[in-house]
This record gives sequence, C-alpha cells and structure tokens, in this order.
Amino acid sequence: MKRTPAETATNWRKLTRRGLLIGGVQVGFAGVLAWRMQDLQVDQADQYRLLADENRINVRLIPPARGEIYDRNGVILAKNEPSYRITIIPEDAGDIDHVLRKLGYLVYLSDDDIKRIKTEAKRSAPFLPVTVLNRVTWDDISRVAVNSPALPGIATEVGLSRQYPLEKNFAHVVGYVGPVSERDLQRSEDPDPLLRIPRFQIGKVGVEAKYETTLRGRAGAKRVEVNALGRVMRELDRREGTAGANLQLTIDAKLQAYTTARLGSESASVVVMDCTNGDILSIASVPGYDPNKFVRGISYADYGMLRDNDHRPLASKTVQDAYPPGSTFKMVTVLAALEAGLITPKETFYCPGHFDVSGRRFHCWKSGGHGNVDLEASLRESCDVYYYELAVKVGIDVISDMAFRLGLGISHDIPMSAVTSGLIPTRDWKERVRGTDWVVGDTVNASIGQGFVSSSPLQLAVMTARLASGKMINPRLVKSIDGVPQGDASTFADMGINENNLRFVRRAMFAVSNDRKGTAYGSRIIDDAYRLAGKTGTSQVRNITEAERRQGVTSNADLPWNRRDHALFVNYAPFDNPKIAVATVVEHGGGGSAAAAPIGRDITLQALYGGTPPLSAYPAKDRARIAKQQEDIAAILPTIEIETQDRA
Amino acid sequence: MSYLEYRVRTVPTGFRKILYFNWGLLLLILAAAAVGFIMLFSVAGGSMTPWADPQIKRFLIGLIGMFIIAMIPIWFWRNVSGVAYLMSLGLLVFVELFGTTGMGAQRWIDLGFMRLQPSEFAKITLVMVMAAYYDWLPADRVSKPLWVIIPVILILVPVALVLKQPDLGTSLLLLIAGATVMFVAGLHWAYFATVIAAGVGAIFAVFQSRGTDWQLLKDYQYRRIDTFLDPASDPLGAGYHITQSKIALGSGGWAGRGFMQGTQTRLNFLPEKHTDFIFTTIAEEFGFVGGISLLVIYVLIVLFCLASAMKTRDRFSSILIIGIAMTFFLFFAVNMSMVMGLAPVVGVPLPLVSYGGSAMLVLLGAFGLVQSAHIHRPRGVSK
Repeated sequence: MKRTPAETATNWRKLTRRGLLIGGVQVGFAGVLAWRMQDLQVDQADQYRLLADENRINVRLIPPARGEIYDRNGVILAKNEPSYRITIIPEDAGDIDHVLRKLGYLVYLSDDDIKRIKTEAKRSAPFLPVTVLNRVTWDDISRVAVNSPALPGIATEVGLSRQYPLEKNFAHVVGYVGPVSERDLQRSEDPDPLLRIPRFQIGKVGVEAKYETTLRGRAGAKRVEVNALGRVMRELDRREGTAGANLQLTIDAKLQAYTTARLGSESASVVVMDCTNGDILSIASVPGYDPNKFVRGISYADYGMLRDNDHRPLASKTVQDAYPPGSTFKMVTVLAALEAGLITPKETFYCPGHFDVSGRRFHCWKSGGHGNVDLEASLRESCDVYYYELAVKVGIDVISDMAFRLGLGISHDIPMSAVTSGLIPTRDWKERVRGTDWVVGDTVNASIGQGFVSSSPLQLAVMTARLASGKMINPRLVKSIDGVPQGDASTFADMGINENNLRFVRRAMFAVSNDRKGTAYGSRIIDDAYRLAGKTGTSQVRNITEAERRQGVTSNADLPWNRRDHALFVNYAPFDNPKIAVATVVEHGGGGSAAAAPIGRDITLQALYGGTPPLSAYPAKDRARIAKQQEDIAAILPTIEIETQDRA
Repeated sequence: MSYLEYRVRTVPTGFRKILYFNWGLLLLILAAAAVGFIMLFSVAGGSMTPWADPQIKRFLIGLIGMFIIAMIPIWFWRNVSGVAYLMSLGLLVFVELFGTTGMGAQRWIDLGFMRLQPSEFAKITLVMVMAAYYDWLPADRVSKPLWVIIPVILILVPVALVLKQPDLGTSLLLLIAGATVMFVAGLHWAYFATVIAAGVGAIFAVFQSRGTDWQLLKDYQYRRIDTFLDPASDPLGAGYHITQSKIALGSGGWAGRGFMQGTQTRLNFLPEKHTDFIFTTIAEEFGFVGGISLLVIYVLIVLFCLASAMKTRDRFSSILIIGIAMTFFLFFAVNMSMVMGLAPVVGVPLPLVSYGGSAMLVLLGAFGLVQSAHIHRPRGVSK
C-alpha cells in the first residue's frame, strides 16, 4: 500500500494532536494526584499524625505492689510472694508437642494440661504467651530456666501473689484478696482502671477489703508501641506507680496464735483489748479457714465444707455475731441503778429463786434462791432476782442509756467485715420494729442480758475496758499506716460515771473470781500482781418451759450441741492497774464459769506475761492439768518470727 | 505505512545503536527502580532480604532483556506483533485451564525462577497488535464501522479472558489502553462520545432503578457497589486498607518521618506494604516531598515516551509508544489513586517500585520496544 506524502503528513498531524491531548490528560490527572497528596500530607497532616499515634500507641497499666500487713511487733501477716509461672509462646516454640514433651521431663504436666495448652494456643494469636503452669515451685522453675535453651518458646514469669503466712489465725481479721468481680466494678462510679487488669486482685474481706484503697497503691503506666495485631514492639516510656501503704495492726500475732489455739475445737471467739488505749491485741474466731485457699481460688468441695460446718468457720464471730450477753450484762444494770441514784451499794433484796411481775414468773438460775442478796453478792453469785428487782425500779430507759455509754448497741469503727451493732432495746425501738408497746417483762429480761439484748464479743470487750478504765475507750485495730500512727489514745474522754460507783462494780467483779463464792473462783489467778476481775455469763438460746422446770432443768451436757447455752466471760486484769480487757464467748459451751472463764483467764495470763505464764500463777491444785494443757498448746502453735528488716 | 517506505538516510547498526539510546528515559527508569529498591530495603526493616535483593536481580535481568529488545529493529517487532498477541491469548487460555490460583484469584504460570502472569504480558501485546493494525490500515478506513469492529474484538477477547480470572482491575486497564490506541489512531470522536454516553446512561439507569419496581440489580449487588464506591462505610472490611493507607500517608506530613522511621507500615497496619501499598511507605517516610518526586519521575517517563512518539514518523512506532506510555500511566495513576482513597482497591502495582516479577519484566520489555522505536526511527525523511 503506497501512501502519498500528503496523506502521511495528515495522519501524522492527527496522531500528534491526539497524542498531545492524551499527554495533557495524563499530566492533568497527575496534577490531581499531586493535589490529593498535598491535601493529605500537608493540609491534614496533623490529623493523620494523631490517628497514626492512636493506631500504634497503647497505654498499659503497671500494677503497683500491694501494701503488706504486719502485727504490732512487725510479724508479717499478709505479704506479696513471688509466684512463678511457666508460659509458652506458640510462635517461638514451633513444634508445640515436641517442646511440651521435653518440658514434661522437667515438670509434671498432666494430659489435661497439655490438651488445654494446645487449645489455648490454637485460639490466641501466635505471639501471645499461653500459661503452661501456674504457681510453680522454685525448684521446678529453676530446672526449667536452666534448660531454657533446649525449650524454645518456653518462658518463666514472676508475678506477685498474696500470701498469708499465719493462715487461719488471721483469716477473719486480715481477710483475703480475690479477683475483681463485676459487682466490685459496679460499686464505684469511676472504678480505678487497675481493676480492669486481668488477674488483678483486691481485698474481699476484713482489713484487706476495708483498707483496699490504702493497700492498693497507685498504678503506674507504660506506653508501648503495638502493631496492627496488638503485638508489643517496644516500650516508649513508663511512669512507675506508687506501691500500696504498709499497715501495722495493733494485734500481737503471738497472742493471736495462742488464743486461736486455746479456743481449740470450740465454736468460740475472744477479743483481747488494751484497756488503756483501745488497741485490740487479739481478736480471734474459731474455727477459722485458710485465706490462702481463697487467693488461689477455693475448690467447690473445700468451700462446701466451710459453708456447711455447723461451727461456721467463715463467720467472724467476734464482730459479726451478736449473742445475748446474759449475766455479763449485769454490770450495766447495776451501774445504771447506781448512777440513777435509785439504789445504794447496801441495797438488799430477797431472792426466793423466782420473781413475779405482771402475771409472769421469772426464774433465778439457782432454783432454790440466794436468800438475802446485796449488790456485791448479786454480781459475785450472779443472782438474777436482784436484777429483776432493779429492772422494775429503774426501767429500761436508764438501763439502755447506760448500755450505750458502755459501748453496747453501737457499731464500733473497726476495719473488719460485717461489724454488727448488736441490739440494746429501747421503747422506741420496740414500737418501731415490733409494733408493740414496751412491757415491764421486757425490762426484766433485759436486766440480765436476755430477751432482746444482744452484743458482739467486741462490744463486751469494749464494755469491760470502759468499766476498768472509766474512759470512753474505743477499739483500734490499725496501729500505723506506712509508719504514721493512727488514732490517738490520749483523747479518750472520761465517761463521767461516778468513780465510787465504778469502784463498787469493780470490787464486785473482783469478788467473782477471787471470792470463794464467786462464779469464776475456779478460774482465779494466784499471782498478786495479775489479779483478775470478771463476770461470767450463761445465755440461753432456748426457752425453758414450765414443765421442764418442774422436772428439773435438763443439764447442758444432755442437750444437743446447738441447743446448749452460750458460755461467756468478760474480765480485765490486773485488778488494781487494769491493762487488758478480755471478752470470751463459747457458743453452746454450757455454763460461763465452766466453759468460758478458764479460757479468759488463760488468755489474760498469756497476754500479761507476754508468753507462757509460770504455773505459780495458777491455783495449786490445777497446776498439773495446766502444765499438760500448756504443753499441748505449745505443740500446735505456729513458729512466729519477727521480721525486723522492712516493717511498717 | 511501512517503515521501508521512508527514505532512510541513516540507520545505526551494530553496537553503535547504543549511542542512539533514549538515555533520559533510561535514567528515569533507573531512578524509579532505585526508589523501589530503597523502599523494599526499608519495608523489610533495613534488610536486603526478603525483597530488595531478588528485586534487584530481577531488575537486572529485565534491563538486559530491555537492551536486547531495543537492539532488534522495530520493524521486526511490528512483524511479530500478531504472533505475540496470539501467544498471549494462548497463555491466558492456558492459565485458565492449568494455572495456579492464589491471592485474590490472580493466575500465573510458575516458571521456576518467576511467576509469569499472562495478563501482564497481554497488556503489551494488545497495544502491539493494535499499533500494527492501524499501521496497516489506510487512514480513511479507520472510522469505518467494519474496520472498527476488528480492533474492538482484538481488545475484548483478552479483556474477557482476564475478567474471567477474575481480575476486574487488569481488564479495565486493557480496555482503557486499547481505547487510547484507537483514539490516537484517529477514530472518529462520535464513537467515543457514543460509548461514553451509553456507559453513563447505563450507570445512571442502574442507580436510578434502585428501590423501584424495575430494579436492575439485586440488593446485595448494590451493597457491594456501595462499599466499592465508599469503603469508609465498611471500616474493618473493604475500608480498612483505605483508612490505614490514608493514615500512613497523612502522617508522613511535609518531609516524612525519615528513612526507615515509618511506623504505620512497619507495624503492619497495612498489608501488602511491599507490593500494592508500597507508595504509603514512601509517603510516610519521605513525606509530600518524596511522594511528589516519585510522581514527577513517573510523569517525566510518560512525557519522554510521548516526545519520542512525536519524534518518529513511523506510525507503528508512534501508536505503540503512546499505547505503552498509557499502560505505564494507568499503572501508577490507578495505584496512587487507590492508596490515596480516590479509587477502589484493585490489585495494581506501583510500576517499577512494587515488589513483583511479571509486571516489572513486562514493563522493562515494553520500554525496550520504546527504545527500539527510538533507535530505529526513520531519520531525515521527506514529507
């Protein structure tokens, strides 16, 4: 095909024109691209830079070390122990089966463990560690660490876990920590972000719970750069948190261990208070439980055993249970009458063994009656009729008012769980709650600490301390926080009770355990420097029917355990210079003088001597038995060493 | 119009041909490829492996191929363009039957040292065969309907085969490159106006019909179109790439974060950071300045090609070069539009820079054709 040059030229011009047009379009489009680039990279650069940082920077919280808890002498009660974990990073391990088989030669791995690890590894991102074993012993962890070159992907990690070295001795006081629950998070409007850290533990019960914010400390934070899958690439910066404050309790761990041991297998509780400053030296409830089990996650079977035990190991009986105080309440009634000026210490009533008022007969514990009884004898021998007479004379208002002044019926500010206020009935209360009027029979019942009256062992101890000191002693459980003393003993005000009246009640209490006729004479202290003043109490948990009374009251030993009377004993010592006040309650223990007073006496001696008391403090005929008892208890006492280095 | 119809005064022969190379174009190609090597080194975290090293080797092979193609006279290539076109169709059918499928249904033939994607090969052979066709076709017949149907068929056969893979992006590129060649060859405006009007009308109809009785597509197809047009409506699905890509680009700012300092690409927020999305790395690490520089290199490559096309009086050469320039332009224009959120995500690499064998080798081969046309252009012809 031959073409003319003219034709060729026309074609060429057309082609050039259209070629240029296409070039123009292309350059124009490149301009659009450049404009877009400028828009993104120059005009909106700041916004995208921000988005990029949001993409890559994650803030991770660093949990602070929880404050530790010590006793008054620096014995550690709650500490943070390194807990070792073995983890595997599937990505680094390569052949997981092979690595786990090799690991199995070093530490015990059950088939279930291996199955769990493999499912977890499959489910999560390959660079995320999967827990192989938790709470590994130091021996195991060292063996694994030494062999780590042969175990690709296996890593050992150290965390802190709470440990309670004295186990059940402090279960109810110190409490325990546990993982954060949904309820914990809802409790506060703006929960500490720390609570959202997986496996973070907070106080659940006792001091651990009440001082949670103090013990917890403040979280630190680190900013890390993460990639699109959330893998941490590097740490950008970190701000260390503040460790929680250390707490020092007023409790003497050695005494606490002793009281727990002394209470033995009973369902009982004891509060020992310093009656000069309110320091709680021991506050024990038995049976207890091992709080460490709760930290690790208690098994269903173990929990069931604690829950179903009729001695209620989970209950903190010293503060959360209120018992009818029985005869230990008589000091309140007598002081109320004395202070009201309605009787004098010389006042004498005749006790025929019963008392009739408004068509109802109230019995004295001694069915034959005490005959003529004066005030001291009424306390010493715990004559009930004397108090029935007083009740009618003074009325409930005066009695309940005195009870409140002595620290009953009010909730004491002590950092333990479920602190009860007990109950001191008033006319008002009965009308409001029961909807009926107060009757004189109610006063009669209340006068001997029965009926509506109920008090916790802590309240009884406070009452005794106030009687012994004449001051408005308040209990104190926390001695210092990070070395800063808490509370101030010198601020306790005088109760404003006539010193003569107090002295009279104290003398009567002295007679209880030092007069031959006293109900606690069997539990007296021989050592003159440590004479004890106290009051026994036996509170009924059932009504004794008229028919039963006619046949003769069934003795406690013949009743099923949970129908027996509660045995109570309150005391302080030394009589002439009161140092400590003790309240002892043995649930369903029978009589106060037989079941509670010996325990109260032993604990008092232990506290005053600061260790095992010499046998010379005991009545001669009991010494052999006491020696045996001391031996038995020494055998089960935990060894308590005072760690002086970093105490609170 | 045949080459031999010119009165050729001088034609370089032997190794003297090298002196007539389009050196400017070669330098620009080397510059673009160098950017690629640097970025692949950076994306790998400052390492020649796994990407920079094989990329350089492949580039050198491609460069040798380019020289060889450039040495061979352009009329030879014109004469074999039909055969080359048929070969590429054969390969497309072959992969359809025996090819390996993977990564979004791209199909390739594994040659051992590289994976050959026949669809890349077809981009060039289509331009070649159409240039040869219009070189042969007398100018007065170009716009005759009968003679229009032939190039349309030439375009639609490979487009259909690629669409079946399925690779919408490449088939659209083939379509546009083919249309460009027809336009340059002098096809009447009316054809383009008609096709464009029909296309716009069809799209309009499809959208207008939505939600009416005569709805043309199914609901799920509309939703697919929605995400295609507005990826932001599906931020974790189709929109993820675009959002992350824009963040990476934008965070680069004016001057960038510095070589190997890009965080977004390094931290894997972007997939395909070494292939289709490599431009985000460039833009993040070298900022607006870096991005514009690469864009300028690309535009210069296109302009050098166009200048070369204007220079030659050989109709085949001109059309071929403009077609190749358009193909090259489409590569970077579509890729950049995609990473900047101006176009939907389609699998088109950044030419000469993205990691990958087929596209780069084919492009270097195509530039070999441009060089051949440049070297063997008729000099001193009379008008």
